[in-house]
Amino acid sequence: MCGATRGGLSLDGVDVAKEAVVQGVVLRDGEPVSPAYVRLLDRSGEFTAEVPTSATGHFRFFAKNGEWTLRALAPRSEPVDRRIVAAIGEVTEIEITV
Amino acid sequence: MTRETALVTADWVEEHLDDPKVVLVEVDEDTTAYDSGHIRGAIKLDWTTDLQDQVRRDFVNKPQLESLLSEKGIGNDDTVVLYGGNNNWFAAYAYWYLKLYGHQDVKLLDGGRKKWELDGRELTDEPTKRESTSYTAQEQDHSIRAFRDEVVSAIGAKNLIDVRSPDEFAGRLMAPAHLPQEQAQRAGHIPTAGNVPWSKAANDDGTFKSDDELRTLYTAAGVDESRDTIAYCRIGERSSHTWFVLHELLGLANVKNYDGSWTEYGSLVGVPIALGDEPGEVSA
Repeated sequence: MCGATRGGLSLDGVDVAKEAVVQGVVLRDGEPVSPAYVRLLDRSGEFTAEVPTSATGHFRFFAKNGEWTLRALAPRSEPVDRRIVAAIGEVTEIEITV
Repeated sequence: MTRETALVTADWVEEHLDDPKVVLVEVDEDTTAYDSGHIRGAIKLDWTTDLQDQVRRDFVNKPQLESLLSEKGIGNDDTVVLYGGNNNWFAAYAYWYLKLYGHQDVKLLDGGRKKWELDGRELTDEPTKRESTSYTAQEQDHSIRAFRDEVVSAIGAKNLIDVRSPDEFAGRLMAPAHLPQEQAQRAGHIPTAGNVPWSKAANDDGTFKSDDELRTLYTAAGVDESRDTIAYCRIGERSSHTWFVLHELLGLANVKNYDGSWTEYGSLVGVPIALGDEPGEVSA
């Protein structure tokens, strides 16, 4: 695998076939938000991981098959939750507006 | 140690930005975060290069640490205030590391970089220059560092706390979910270990929960305060955060961090491993 997915982070060096990639961008008024933080919560709502957004508002997780919740934390915003489903071999792209 | 001596607030840090005896140190999992912006006057420690031996798997030795801290401008009597991203994950690791080498006055900025940013407080990309010092470290304090043989003999005998996420504990994930999952070693956890994910000790904004909430959390997971305790995770950083909570905030005696953690234990030949969500039996 090589090359970037549409509008998303480059997947160069990532063996997509073996990973359940969940990635996307945090937006406010259509503009990327940085700094912001995105948390990955498991199906029971338990924290699994957290990343700061990049300068372009992007984030990425390597999950596993199943349901997850993404929670975006950004300055001057209430937390925003998005439920998603991840699967090994697929890249799940999410836009979160805060 | 208590919350009053081990933690400072963001307001306290802002009041001490120009205090020459207070050294702000950023330690992040993302070692480039500092370069894009840091608290004014803060210096950076890189956990991958500054704190790890670059050949064998171990920490830098005492003379190497002395030369590092001297060059960074940290004096033996300075107040070191650590902060970083991800609920102070790596800042707590550096806190434990500095305690291991005997630095007296170390504190964590409660909430770390995340709370600072979410509060909208100022960051700068101005480089920080401190005068070099002549730092003298102590020999490692092994009363807070656990090694593998002690961990194996602690099965069923001491409090073992696995602070990874439930999916890592059960063996369904091999690493935190923001890292690629391919690993060589076996999945699972040390038999009899309770699973208290490190993140449960922190609020969403990265600040630590109250002492009462923390005590309830660990008691409910079966931590017996009359026993010695060993915390571990994958590479010993998240478990530093839990070590900080148990030893520095709640004041439990005899708490060790196992920095070898799952990447060592899960690669050992012949040791017992438990799979699934339950702690498992001594003979697993």
